[in-house]
Amino acid sequence: MPPLQHIIDDIGFDRMISRLAHEILERNHGSAGLVVIGLRTRGEFVARRLAQRITDIEQTVLPVGVLDVTLYRDDVRQHLRQPEVHASSIPFDISDMHIILVDDVLFTGRTVRSALDALIDFGRPKTIQLAVLVDRGHRELPIRADFTGKTIPTTRGQEIRVKLREVDGEDGIDLISTE
Amino acid sequence: MSQLSTNHLLGLDGVPREDIELILNSTDTFLEVLERPVKKVPTLQGKTVVNLFFENSTRTRISFELAERRLSADVVNFSASTSSVSKGETLLDTARNIEAMKVDMVVMRHAAAGACEFLRTRCTSRFINAGDGSHEHPTQALLDMYTIRKSLGTLEGVNVCIIGDIAHSRVALSNIFGLVTMGANVAVCGPPSLMPRHIEKLGARVFTNVDEALGWCDAINVLRIQLERQAGASFPSLREYRNTFGITVERLDGLAKPVLVLHPGPINRGVEIDSEVADGAAAVILPQVTNGVAVRMAVLYLLGTKTE
Amino acid sequence: MSTYLFKNGHLLDPVTGTDGVRDILVVDGTISEVRESIAAANAEVIDLAGAVVAPGFCDMHVHFREPGQEHKESLASGALAAAAGGFTAVACMPNTKPAIDTAETAMSIRQKSAHFPVDVHPIGAVTKGREGKELAPMAELHAAGAVAFSDDGSCVHDTKLLRIALEYASMFDVPLIQHAEDPFLFAGGAMNEGYMSTVLGLPGIPRLAEDVIVSRDIAVAEYVDGNYHVAHVSTYGAVQAVRAAKEKGLKVTCEVTPHHFSLNDEHVRGYDTNTKMNPPLRTRDDVVAMKEALRDGVIDAIATDHAPHAIFEKEVEYVYAPFGIVGLETAIGIAVTELVETGYLTLWELVEKMSTNPRRILRLPEIRVEPGAQANLTFFHPTREWQVDVAQFRSRSKNSPFHGAVLRGRPLGIFNKHQFVWML
Repeated sequence: MPPLQHIIDDIGFDRMISRLAHEILERNHGSAGLVVIGLRTRGEFVARRLAQRITDIEQTVLPVGVLDVTLYRDDVRQHLRQPEVHASSIPFDISDMHIILVDDVLFTGRTVRSALDALIDFGRPKTIQLAVLVDRGHRELPIRADFTGKTIPTTRGQEIRVKLREVDGEDGIDLISTE
Repeated sequence: MSQLSTNHLLGLDGVPREDIELILNSTDTFLEVLERPVKKVPTLQGKTVVNLFFENSTRTRISFELAERRLSADVVNFSASTSSVSKGETLLDTARNIEAMKVDMVVMRHAAAGACEFLRTRCTSRFINAGDGSHEHPTQALLDMYTIRKSLGTLEGVNVCIIGDIAHSRVALSNIFGLVTMGANVAVCGPPSLMPRHIEKLGARVFTNVDEALGWCDAINVLRIQLERQAGASFPSLREYRNTFGITVERLDGLAKPVLVLHPGPINRGVEIDSEVADGAAAVILPQVTNGVAVRMAVLYLLGTKTE
Repeated sequence: MSTYLFKNGHLLDPVTGTDGVRDILVVDGTISEVRESIAAANAEVIDLAGAVVAPGFCDMHVHFREPGQEHKESLASGALAAAAGGFTAVACMPNTKPAIDTAETAMSIRQKSAHFPVDVHPIGAVTKGREGKELAPMAELHAAGAVAFSDDGSCVHDTKLLRIALEYASMFDVPLIQHAEDPFLFAGGAMNEGYMSTVLGLPGIPRLAEDVIVSRDIAVAEYVDGNYHVAHVSTYGAVQAVRAAKEKGLKVTCEVTPHHFSLNDEHVRGYDTNTKMNPPLRTRDDVVAMKEALRDGVIDAIATDHAPHAIFEKEVEYVYAPFGIVGLETAIGIAVTELVETGYLTLWELVEKMSTNPRRILRLPEIRVEPGAQANLTFFHPTREWQVDVAQFRSRSKNSPFHGAVLRGRPLGIFNKHQFVWML
């Protein structure tokens, strides 16, 4: 399906990552106690980019983890869909840490809800902050992002496609129609 | 592919490679869950699973029960000794009761081959066979296969030998079906009087000399000898069995390459396997137990959340 | 006075050697005319165009559960099933409760059956209680109407006892019918031992269990010049042994069931307990061996081993289910479909296997389809297709693996003992 609109190109994408990194550091007064956890699959790559950018700025290495929330999803429990499950990888203790939870697109909020449940099972972090590249609206739960790359108003029949070098060979954000 | 092709797991006979791969791959996830501080996920919340055990098997039941509880299912245990079965209720009556109780999944152990199939065809719940007579015990074979794959990196081309009473073993049969499907080379080894007819037609090579078998294989799966049942009937004595087929340190020490040692448990130390071997570096008997919970979680997850 | 005119049926009568379309006039239960065309004003006319008329079929191996287990089958319901299946005579095995091991029991079966359109002949037990230990009162049983002796359901395993029984039975000129199965090799088995039992994890009954007993028994029968009949042969080995015995001219005969020449052990997959019988369904090769042995005359008779069991008894785990299936009402259909349609037997030979031969083995009077004889007739359509529906069975039990099968060859009715039973 051809994109309706190229919203952000690779240069804009890179600037967005930089801005998000700066905002996170500013809000948290530096990188002390920060860990970055990405939601599988695309959130993982965004998380690694963010962590790398923070390292570039602060000259410190942040722990990066990956969270798979399939087992916590309410649509799976309702037999609505059955995605393949993958292991989570959080090879550090999250207790008393400030977690930057990273996903590519914030939509209904259900994935984030699942992720919050899952994270609590790993320990008791001091805070959990949500960073997303795109907020496309249509929330079904009282969830908001702490750090947002771009807010893009969409209809239900549209989709936001975040392209990543690691997966798609290029960076960018497209608006596509699924109708 | 992220869905199983079937709604039930009654055996590994005829189960396609994609299904087995999906279960084994998903097991990684659940093994990771077992490493977490909170070893529980809400995936099967609101689902009711009945553990229907017509035959005593504390280990298998506990493994399944742990798996079910860690997926947040509601668990009911029904065992023959505490049930109306002892009062003469038939399996068909049991089936009708399960149907009336609106159970989502049934994990079933029974002494009669085909008993799980019998209930499955008469109920709408999803069934997992936890052992039916001398027929199949698919989750045991899956955990054995997972353990071998995790230890050796692959199943493709791996030489696996199952040693012991092949004729009366559901573990052997399920392992043969599954391993052959996954591309492993399978052999069986034991007294010819405990070898079922035409086992070679299933793709298994037959050894009667345990040292030859050990020299051939990369992994062995040592079956429990049923002390009460066989000694004197199908072979002369336990002593002779140990001397002829027992897995001893001496036998393993003489090998050119090390073999991985599996045992489905419970172990008869000093009969089919010596303590030094069971507790030794080559044994993965305790990892099998851990993997067993994870494999069963994977199967419960894949069947319990499968869309129609 | 009742008069029936059976018109246009194809008469196949091996005794008189008749093979052609004939009209048959039956007056008061007696055949009064057999001609190519008969006109009779006062007769009830039954048009049999396209159908076969044969001397009444005889099933020499049925289990009617009376006395003792009438919830499975009574003499009355069994006789009804026999009539519906096209049989005018059956021989019932003595594994009732109590066993048919006394003259009184044998007599009571005959008395209760006296008014049925189907002749019900008791088979006496060889040993008391069929326990294989002491001989039953064979002379008394014979005098009370026992047409043969058998411990069917159990094998007469003690070789010395078998020898004595064969010797003793020879004075009545009736056969000893052996359930040929070594009890030790059988022990605990549920299906044929082989590839399928391995795959299904079910305890096996080796073909060897049948082969060794048939071979041994034939040696004993030869030694004592006994009259020996093998019930329900099912293995290649057993028919080879019988073949060799016949070539030697021994008094050895055998029967096969419809399921053993139509189904094999692959049908056990799915654990339908209606595939559980004893002897068990054997391999594909054995099924072919049965058909060839029927064709070659090694197997003399087709007998159903009609073994009724209630649904609640069969609807259990495979290993716990009782052995046996009902067979009376599907026998003709299976035999025509599997043997005649495939060219193994002609219809003429089929009539021999289902009427003439079993009657000869049991020393029952031969049936002649000619004027002056008592009418004892079976009517069936040799090409009509029908679908088996156990709900339509006259038998009290419904345990058949053929439910839903489409068969060619349909029983239409019988005439026997002044009674005309018509199924359509």
